[in-house]
Amino acid sequence: MSAGQLPRWVDYGLIPLLNLAAAFLVSGLVVLLIGENPLEAVEILLWGSLGFGEGVGFTLFYATNFIFTGLAVAVAFHAGLFNIGGEGQAYVGGLGVALACLALDQYVPWWVTMPVAVIGAALMGAAWAFIPAWLQAKRGSHVVITTIMFNFIASSLMVYLLVNVMAKPGSMQPETRTFEEGGRLPFLNDLQSWFDFGTAPVNLSLIIALIACVLVWVVIWRTRLGYEIRSFGANATAAVYAGMLPVRIIIVTMLISGGLSGMMALNEIMGSQHRLLIEFVAGYGFVGIAVALMGRAHPVGIVLAAILFGMLYQGGAELSFEKPAITRDMIVVIQGLVILFAGALENLFRPALVRIFTPSRVPAVQAG
Amino acid sequence: MVTLRERVLAAMAVFALGICTLPTRGSADPAIVYSVGGKFDGSFNESALQGVKRFRQETSADVREFELERDAQSLQALRNFASRGHVPVVAIGFNQASAVEAAAREFPDAPFAIIDMVVDQPNVASYVFKEQEGAYLAGLLAAMATQTGTIGFVGGMDIPIVRRFLCGYKLGAAASRKDINVLSAMAGDTPAAFADPVRGAELARSQIAQGADVIIQAAGGTGIGVLQAVADAGALGIGTDSNQNGLHPGQILTSIRKRVDQAVYDSFKSSAEGTFKPGIRVLGLAEGGMDWVLDDNNDELITEPMKSAAGFATEAIASGKIQVHDVVSDGACPL
Repeated sequence: MSAGQLPRWVDYGLIPLLNLAAAFLVSGLVVLLIGENPLEAVEILLWGSLGFGEGVGFTLFYATNFIFTGLAVAVAFHAGLFNIGGEGQAYVGGLGVALACLALDQYVPWWVTMPVAVIGAALMGAAWAFIPAWLQAKRGSHVVITTIMFNFIASSLMVYLLVNVMAKPGSMQPETRTFEEGGRLPFLNDLQSWFDFGTAPVNLSLIIALIACVLVWVVIWRTRLGYEIRSFGANATAAVYAGMLPVRIIIVTMLISGGLSGMMALNEIMGSQHRLLIEFVAGYGFVGIAVALMGRAHPVGIVLAAILFGMLYQGGAELSFEKPAITRDMIVVIQGLVILFAGALENLFRPALVRIFTPSRVPAVQAG
Repeated sequence: MVTLRERVLAAMAVFALGICTLPTRGSADPAIVYSVGGKFDGSFNESALQGVKRFRQETSADVREFELERDAQSLQALRNFASRGHVPVVAIGFNQASAVEAAAREFPDAPFAIIDMVVDQPNVASYVFKEQEGAYLAGLLAAMATQTGTIGFVGGMDIPIVRRFLCGYKLGAAASRKDINVLSAMAGDTPAAFADPVRGAELARSQIAQGADVIIQAAGGTGIGVLQAVADAGALGIGTDSNQNGLHPGQILTSIRKRVDQAVYDSFKSSAEGTFKPGIRVLGLAEGGMDWVLDDNNDELITEPMKSAAGFATEAIASGKIQVHDVVSDGACPL
């Protein structure tokens, strides 16, 4: 039942669409069950996420986070590694961004701070992925377990730093001081004038995220390293037999993955909040897993899946705002159903589709 | 691109058909934005909900509510409410401070209120509480009730607001008994630390094993587990934020209430009567913003000396004779 049995447009277009339709159908039933009109709910969801400039802006803002964390998970997937530590890597990545901004914001303009912050975020995120990577490569400690544990260590470290070391004195909120202009990425509204995003915090990190997509594509499909990563993921034994070094591949892949997770902090810390605060990651690292699964670990798919999840986040907020009966927990149910159908049950419709699309080929094979 | 394009088209079709009728009608009813914990957190937000319920009952006005799922939504929700003419718009929790400030600037004629943080804008009423004063009373009562000389504290996360509570508790305990031993533990470093009753029960059991026989919880939903474990072991618990005496009657020494409900109710009521005043309200024992509960569930636990000691301390704090150390403005706890 490999992907090769189906035309590409079915594999990458029709199947995700069917999964999505199924998820929304079941969600509709749930909405019906609590006594609301599901069509109206879809309407508010779409209007809230795409119907006006600010809604689009928020959708893209959330999507930026998902692109980074989705790419991070996807890169690790290609080497057969399951990086669940995006949450912690992004959290510690925020430390890299904040240190760069706090050190430079009063002296230089944002475009000088930006590259330092990008490097800081990537380095910190990568560093946080290094120990689990090393343990996996050298000791065989499973990366799923160690990265989850590192999420908790990251939380403890950041709470300690924000409460005891970096906090603004006299403040209740464990957070650093607010960055000056030199530590703020420009909002997309300030960079162009043909589309108005209202007060949505969508910022330059979106462009950085899209550049990261291209770079990931180049690395995975157009370089020797990418070839090694994919070979190792497809068959580790064969890759080793072919002379590839497993330790190197595991560690390098996890460093790239951690670095991408860390860069999520650019969007939240330098792009939107303009200060480092506790719990800013708020689950984006985990949703990145669903985004990568749904996007088939390909940058184009990840961008589309990230936009979908951005729509669910933004449209969902509008929905629970307009319809008090649909609480925020209901929105989580709908998001959960999308993840269930798109991720866990992605092969639900595949056997049927294979049957529909293969008969025409069978005679050709027999003739050959 | 199929997915996105189709959905954009669908959205546009919906508009074209004119089915979409999202009203922007004005309404003078109040609105409230709860913090991420949610309005049924059994603690801080739920206390605000009590204020909402009371206002609803008394005035039959409709109060619009919104529960944040993440802090990024705060500004959107506040602006939505303000632009639809809701007065006042009340934000619960210090996390919303920057959003309230931005929304208050954008709608200078709309009244806003925020609980637990000061926002310096001409149209914002800020309600902050002196948690340390309530905690002081809790420590005092705990030290008088303990048989073993060891009392416990289970907090949610090691953040300033919990530290402030812990410090007040220690000071109150030490004021009534010099040799008191105060054990303290925090439940974790993630938001789950305020929503993990199992962890709370574990921490309480370990403190009981170390000799503690009165344990206070300052951990939101986690605290429910603390009180349960304490009741199971036959020790005494102390509730916080709302009145938790009835959870385990006869097993909860008292509850230290933070009258968020009162603050919410006041802001709604004053606004309805046209007497809304922006500015900072600091609510401690003297102002009735913090208090301790004595009701049918715990009157057998509170002895006469305890009652008079608590009354004396309340008066001394209210008159300024006792200044309870505040870790946020006065620096590290002296104990």
